[in-house]
Amino acid sequence: MAKTHTLRKKVPKKKFNEWCWGWGMIAPTMIGLLVLNIIPIFQTLYLSFFKSGAFGKGNIFVGLDNYKTLLGDAQVWHALRNTLVYAGLVVPITIVIAMLIAVLLNGRLKGKGIYRTIYFIPMVAAPAAVTMMWKWLYNHQFGLINHLLGNLGISKVNWIDDPNVAMISIVIIGVWSTIGYSMVLLLAGLQEIPRDYYEAAQIDGASPVKQFFKITLPLVSPTLFFVLVTSIITAMQVFDVIYMMIDVKSPSYESTVSLVYLFYNNSFKYSNKGYGSAIVILLLLIIMIITVIQTKLQKKWVNYM
Amino acid sequence: MKKDKIFRISMHTLLLLGAVIMIFPFAWMVLTSLKTISESTSMNPFVLFPRNPQWENYKLVIQQNNFIRLYFNTFAMMVLRVLCAVIFSAMAAYAFARLEFPGRNFFFGVVLFQMMVPVQIFVIPQYLMVDKLGLRNTVFALVFPGLVSAFGTFLLRQFFMGLPKELEESARLDGCNIGQTFYKVMLPLTKSGLVALAIFTALFSFKDLMWPLVVNTNSDAATLSSALSKISSAYSIKYPELMAASVLAVWPMMLIYIIFQKQFIEGIATSGSKL
Repeated sequence: MAKTHTLRKKVPKKKFNEWCWGWGMIAPTMIGLLVLNIIPIFQTLYLSFFKSGAFGKGNIFVGLDNYKTLLGDAQVWHALRNTLVYAGLVVPITIVIAMLIAVLLNGRLKGKGIYRTIYFIPMVAAPAAVTMMWKWLYNHQFGLINHLLGNLGISKVNWIDDPNVAMISIVIIGVWSTIGYSMVLLLAGLQEIPRDYYEAAQIDGASPVKQFFKITLPLVSPTLFFVLVTSIITAMQVFDVIYMMIDVKSPSYESTVSLVYLFYNNSFKYSNKGYGSAIVILLLLIIMIITVIQTKLQKKWVNYM
Repeated sequence: MKKDKIFRISMHTLLLLGAVIMIFPFAWMVLTSLKTISESTSMNPFVLFPRNPQWENYKLVIQQNNFIRLYFNTFAMMVLRVLCAVIFSAMAAYAFARLEFPGRNFFFGVVLFQMMVPVQIFVIPQYLMVDKLGLRNTVFALVFPGLVSAFGTFLLRQFFMGLPKELEESARLDGCNIGQTFYKVMLPLTKSGLVALAIFTALFSFKDLMWPLVVNTNSDAATLSSALSKISSAYSIKYPELMAASVLAVWPMMLIYIIFQKQFIEGIATSGSKL
């Protein structure tokens, strides 16, 4: 009581009023974040030191055992490799194509609004439905893609169940569905570049290619950095497409399972939430490392005006 | 000038080809959904268009999977998540942007921290909470992780910070308290931010697969996305029916997008430039 009294005395009433409004207005969000996010982070960390008992009762403390198992688990290493391969392919391919389209659409072009709308369409379809659609296109016997390849005299490809091909099929879906998103962001960045820069360059006789590397790329680099960071983080968490396309029993499971898919299987299919937690902590660490590296490298190539 | 023309034509050809690749899978999905099974698997002769559109496929899928229920669950989840995210984030964002109070930087640090952590880390504890409350297989369970939004708070804070301070000062001189200033003066000025956040929240909750899959295992409590994963294994080779189910799961958002395409694209674009 005495403490609040002195607090009231020192702080003018008007200021104290503002404090109360501030605390009150952030309260719902902060309480929500505490319950939904902050406590769960520690809980996941805590769970990762336990082995989940049978029938969900009685977790047994196992210390670092889950992490030891993790390091020796071939599946975890496969999942890590697959996740990195997926991100390593989807992110650069998507960004290069999205950049190309964005540059083309940034010019004085007829119907650019329509193109922009069309390229964004895959983003508004649920990945579950998108994957079903592609699974049908990929179908070994009756799929359209194999049919068209057949017309060209190329033999049928087992897009889904061939362990050597399945990852490529997944990457194609990944690229196809995220191009629109990156393109819209990059286009917004391109539109901020003043037109006179290009006019001046044209007068000096700089070729379009030179203009791209000397003007466009440096000036759009902050947007590019944002797109790169968010795409990598999203790609590292890939789950939906692989879950929908590759069954646990499929021969290509091993060559396509991602860390998040493995996390899902362990936590909710095999009900070993302790091990699942250890996997997701591993994911957190990897994403953190990548983000730190990117922030360091950022200084080398991103131009903030 | 001739070179210019060739460049222009090849540009259009490239863009057109890209557009076809983006659209074609959807067109093929719709075409297949209206075929008979034998038409869908026929290779010689290859069938492009169904002879008689099989609307039966849709009827069957809707009845067998209780699509009315799925639409209700999905939309209830989306609407509630959008309302929560917009209301709570706007309040917190305004406080972070314009009010002085002890602990402001610390609390905002918590918001930033949440945005950097992959969401899967929250899934098990959130699941255990919903389970303990006995609320699995409810709409509440679907909404639960989206009750508040760190991303929304961050995004809207940027919008509030971009507004001139004078507006508020004159409102305060006119006798508005902080709440009234926020609600009557500042909130209407961030409309584009609120729309962007609403679109973002709606789109990403519509597309979410893992959470509904985990928390609502009953088929009556599923969302369009999570139901589709079950349908996919149940129908195995009946591709026309599978495609009908996919069309049914895709069209609502597609329609919303086509109607509000300007807001969608601007919303996504501004979210990028504000972060």
